[in-house]
Amino acid sequence: MIRVNGDPSDVAAGTTIVDLLAQLDAPDRGVAVALDGEVVPRGQWASTAIEDDVDVEVVMAVQGG
Amino acid sequence: MSEMEAGPGFGEDGLTIAGRTLPSRLILGTGGFARLETLAEAIEVTGTGMVTVALRRIEVGARGSLVEVLDRAGVAVLPNTAGCYTARDAVRTAQLAREAFATDWVKLEVIGDEQTLLPDAVELLAAAEELVEDGFVVLPYTTDDPNLARRLEDAGCAAVMPLGSPIGSGMGILNPYNIALIRERTELPVILDAGIGTTSDAALAMELGCDGVLVASAISRAHDPVAMARAIRAGVEGGRLAFGAGRIPRRHYARASTTHEGMPDLSS
Repeated sequence: MIRVNGDPSDVAAGTTIVDLLAQLDAPDRGVAVALDGEVVPRGQWASTAIEDDVDVEVVMAVQGG
Repeated sequence: MSEMEAGPGFGEDGLTIAGRTLPSRLILGTGGFARLETLAEAIEVTGTGMVTVALRRIEVGARGSLVEVLDRAGVAVLPNTAGCYTARDAVRTAQLAREAFATDWVKLEVIGDEQTLLPDAVELLAAAEELVEDGFVVLPYTTDDPNLARRLEDAGCAAVMPLGSPIGSGMGILNPYNIALIRERTELPVILDAGIGTTSDAALAMELGCDGVLVASAISRAHDPVAMARAIRAGVEGGRLAFGAGRIPRRHYARASTTHEGMPDLSS
């Protein structure tokens, strides 16, 4: 089971980060991704497949001081 | 406004950090604005060249409208690590921000407790060292401790951002002496960050020699944010001019501004 932002998800193992972001309807910009706490550089999103039992964090720009 | 005779770095110049010159000495925090339209107006009115943003878990279907607003305004983005309690979390958050915003600049915040949001000095310094090593331009939100500011400078930070008082408290500058000491004892740009409540606080920061101020809540949560944005801009500019002009020393007793010489004798 892949967990996304702390919640169990039905994201299939092997899904790439680019595909996951499309599934989440994520904006193109102001977004970043970490797998098991390790930040994945944007240039590797298309080639990085998410393995089973991984904790995915997907963050986006919000207002903040 | 008349031209002052002052050394370099005074007057209506920009704020230079790590070789980048911003058009304004006021950095605007985007937190607390109820509407993005108000944020856009405040950016315009302040004339700021840099605004802070944060990262949080994405909500499905969320749009990237904040980034678009900032794009249209033409301002640089300074991501923060707000809410981090450990160096590890702050470093990870900075790395996320680098990917999200394509910038290696970061406003480093590592706090120690939820109630005061005061920095945790030990974790802050550790995070700063690691991020500098990783190539980041680090602007640490720090206490008003001059020695910690020195340590952050030694660690390779690009500026120091001492607090006036706790974030969002609006209590102003609780220890102006320490802020002046920080300005005196580091070579780095000093940006007063946190605690500003109104125009006079921002002016005082600049009069103490700070190179800039970062203001969020005082503007975003004011009754009329755009009017307060204008007021605080004026305070920053006025304070900077006053610092450059050189204030008179404080005296314990009066010093007449009118000469006593030539006083008529009207007693007889």
